[in-house]
Amino acid sequence: MVTPTQEIWDWLAEVPDPEIPVVSVTELGIIREVAWDGDTLKVAITPTYSGCPATSVIDLMVEEKLREKGVQNIALERRLSPPWTTDWVTQSARDKLRDYGIAPPIDGTASDGRMGRAARMSGTNLTVPCPRCASNHTEKVSQFGSTPCKAAYVCRDCLEPFDYFKCH
Amino acid sequence: MVALDLDRQTLFDWLLRLGDNALILGHRTSEWCGHGPVLEEDIALANTALDLIGHCQMWYTLAAEIEGKARTADNLAYLRDAIQFKNVKLVELPNGDMGQTIMREFLFDAFHFELLTALTGSTDPKVAEIAAKAVKEVAYQLDRSSDLVVRLGDGTEESHRRMQAALDYLWPYVGEMFVADATDDALAEAGIAPRLAEIQTKWEAIVTDTLEEATLTRPDRRPDVHTGGKQGRHTEHLGYILAEMQFLQRAYPGAEW
Repeated sequence: MVTPTQEIWDWLAEVPDPEIPVVSVTELGIIREVAWDGDTLKVAITPTYSGCPATSVIDLMVEEKLREKGVQNIALERRLSPPWTTDWVTQSARDKLRDYGIAPPIDGTASDGRMGRAARMSGTNLTVPCPRCASNHTEKVSQFGSTPCKAAYVCRDCLEPFDYFKCH
Repeated sequence: MVALDLDRQTLFDWLLRLGDNALILGHRTSEWCGHGPVLEEDIALANTALDLIGHCQMWYTLAAEIEGKARTADNLAYLRDAIQFKNVKLVELPNGDMGQTIMREFLFDAFHFELLTALTGSTDPKVAEIAAKAVKEVAYQLDRSSDLVVRLGDGTEESHRRMQAALDYLWPYVGEMFVADATDDALAEAGIAPRLAEIQTKWEAIVTDTLEEATLTRPDRRPDVHTGGKQGRHTEHLGYILAEMQFLQRAYPGAEW
């Protein structure tokens, strides 16, 4: 008797992202497939960023969770295609990120390699609302933050520095 | 599927070029970790290095699979000598100052971005898959490096002077990225990779626009003076990088932690 895959998705929803523990790996959209192949459970996981050090930790945590639930044979697959996008980050995760102090991704603003130039030429910049006071009077401090998926911002009204989960 | 008339060795050599460029530039970029002029730049460079090392791992894994000799990505990174590395000389040059580091990132990022964009349409699905993953990150890197080239080039008198000096110094190395040899030709014939001349045209457009906005002067000299890296002929600098990077695996073979 194999466990229905829906139940396995529910188990995986209990696995937190190791860097941003308020969101789960399923909410981040990195679990791409759960399927039985005979008595082996196959789980396809896609990395967020190629060099993200959390990738191997996530594999380990997923495996631990499945073992804890009694799954004997596990085959984890690292799936690259289609590449991960923040479009897959669920609404629930976006709300949790904001409550946690991280501005969620603003869809449709991913860099095409010339975003900075386009912004400079038009004199506008991407407006990222402050997750604490909701002010639009914020400023980018650095294109990168504490993890590869984030950029560093500061709010000019409440003066709080904060992370922005980049649109990718 | 990979075109059958392309031999394994040629494909392997070409994949090493992609992986080696990413690893060596990633290693150079990581040298700034803990030494950045400000904390934010330090973090940004460390993250850029991570992206590049992630790309290298994907290319090496595919290369090892194509080679079929049971080597791993780690074997390729840690157990080859300088002559077996196929990166362009541009990426192995020492970092110099922050201006030279940023200028090098920009000149390479523009090439890397256009090459990976073209590779997303490769006839080899595995190559296309890796390129599609990597290009999203490289687009962001190009965004950052081109922005900094403009800010520093069109900045203070001192930052302008340093950026122009960096451009003048690096210029004779940039041509190697576009000099096609038999390997590049074979890959283009098979539809796996684009013609480098096409990439050069796109690179020129980005570089010309950015340098103009940065008020920097394009050097009036040949860009293809220092070549040979892609064939394994390197500057003396690569040996020092490998000595540092490979020491542990050479001294304690198979060590893991």
